[in-house]
Formats: sequence, C-alpha cells, structure tokens
Amino acid sequence: MTSTHTLVVERELPHSQDKVWRALTQAPLIADWLMQTDFEPVVGKQFSLRTQAMAHWNGVLDCKVLAVEPQSRLAYSWNTSGEEAGRLVTVVTFFLTPTETGVLVRMEQSGFAAMDDSNYRGAAYGWPKYLEGLERVAGQLEQ
Amino acid sequence: MSGAASPTLAGLPSAIVFKALGDPTRRSIFEHLARDGEQTVRALTDRAGVSQPAVSKHLAILKLAGLVQDRPHGRETHYHARPDGLRPLIDWLGLHSALWNASFDRLEDLLKRMDN
Repeated sequence: MTSTHTLVVERELPHSQDKVWRALTQAPLIADWLMQTDFEPVVGKQFSLRTQAMAHWNGVLDCKVLAVEPQSRLAYSWNTSGEEAGRLVTVVTFFLTPTETGVLVRMEQSGFAAMDDSNYRGAAYGWPKYLEGLERVAGQLEQ
Repeated sequence: MSGAASPTLAGLPSAIVFKALGDPTRRSIFEHLARDGEQTVRALTDRAGVSQPAVSKHLAILKLAGLVQDRPHGRETHYHARPDGLRPLIDWLGLHSALWNASFDRLEDLLKRMDN
C-alpha cells in the first residue's frame, strides 16, 4: 500500500446553494467553467472531461459518477485515459456547505501517488513520451 | 471549446524543465545520458554534431534545470542524467492545484452570469 496525497481547494461563493449545485451538475454549465463533458448526475454514469492536450497529458479524463447527494455532495472518479491510463487515478468530491452569505465549496481530489525516486527512474526510461509536443509548450512559455 | 482548464504553464515549476527540454539538441543530449550513462563533454560533442562550446552551453542549461549533474575528473568533466529532474513534468498535484484555482475563477464568473 503506497501513501497518497489529497489536494483540497476551497472557495466561498456569494450565491445560493441551488445555483452552485446546478453549475456543478449540468453539462453545458460544467463546460463553461471546467471542461467539455457528457456528465449526468446519475450514480454509475460514465463520462469524459476534455481539455487541450499538454506535453504530458492528452487532455482527456475518464470519469464515473460515484455519489450524488443533491445540493450537498458530488463525487466522481478522475482518471487519465488512453495511453496514459493508470498514470493518474483519483477521486474528486465536491462538498457544498451553506454559509451566512452564500455557500462554501470544498473540492477534495484524493489518490495522487506519492512519487518516490523509483517512480521517476521509471519515468526517465519512458521519458520521450512525456516530451512530445515540448517545442509547442516551450513556445507558449516564451509569449 | 471554451479554452477552459488550461493552467498557466509559465507559473509552474515545470517551466524551466520544459524550456530546457524544448530544444532538440538538448533533448538529444539528455536522452543519450539517460540511456547510456555518464559521458565526457568530448564524447557528447562527438555525437552532438555541434561545437564543444555549444555543447557546454546546452549542458549548463540542463544542469540549471536539474536534469544533469557534472563531475570533474582530471582535465575532463563528466556528466550524468538525473531522472529525478523530470519530477516537475509529472507533478500532477501542482498541475491540478493550478487547474482547480483557475477553474474556480471561471465558476465565479459563470455564477455571476447565471439566473438565480
């Protein structure tokens, strides 16, 4: 059993819980702030999230809805796909809590592998794969 | 495509590694060291097809990015690859932290535009 890291990002939003829930669970709205998706708020539903490809990620995530508690909790898997399947296997959970002025959104993403040196040695052997498109990425940095 | 969820790469620690490996000659030198182990500057120059000062400059950039380490030995300097230097390229945690913060900014913007 290897230890894993959890990423937590919180944001208090001056809006109703219902409105924030809609933004988290309606596909056209998710596309507006997160990524293009065919998400539906149904436990067991498999869907994808798609963004621009990067040097070390094709930009596609394979996901599955794990929990839907209307207005309060939403969880889905968040895994890299295709050739990069298995490289990232995480679970994203949103918690919505009412506050005096709106709602607190807490995003927890769990399952990030703790990278020890041996992981990087493995990565070094397969390193050309990571570096495809590097010229393009480096070009973006110059701007 | 709304252009969503593309974190600013320049703000990530990976930027210097991307820059170092963005050059084909440097990438070739790093690949050679990673695959075949420690080499002298002279041996690397013989393979690289560019001048020794050019190879030394490329090695200095790779060293700055933490991708290679040098070891003086007599009159020659030997270089070897540091696999750990690739760490920022697969720093998923850092990447996702940037991604979520940028996404939450866009979520706030969306909520302002939505009907109640």
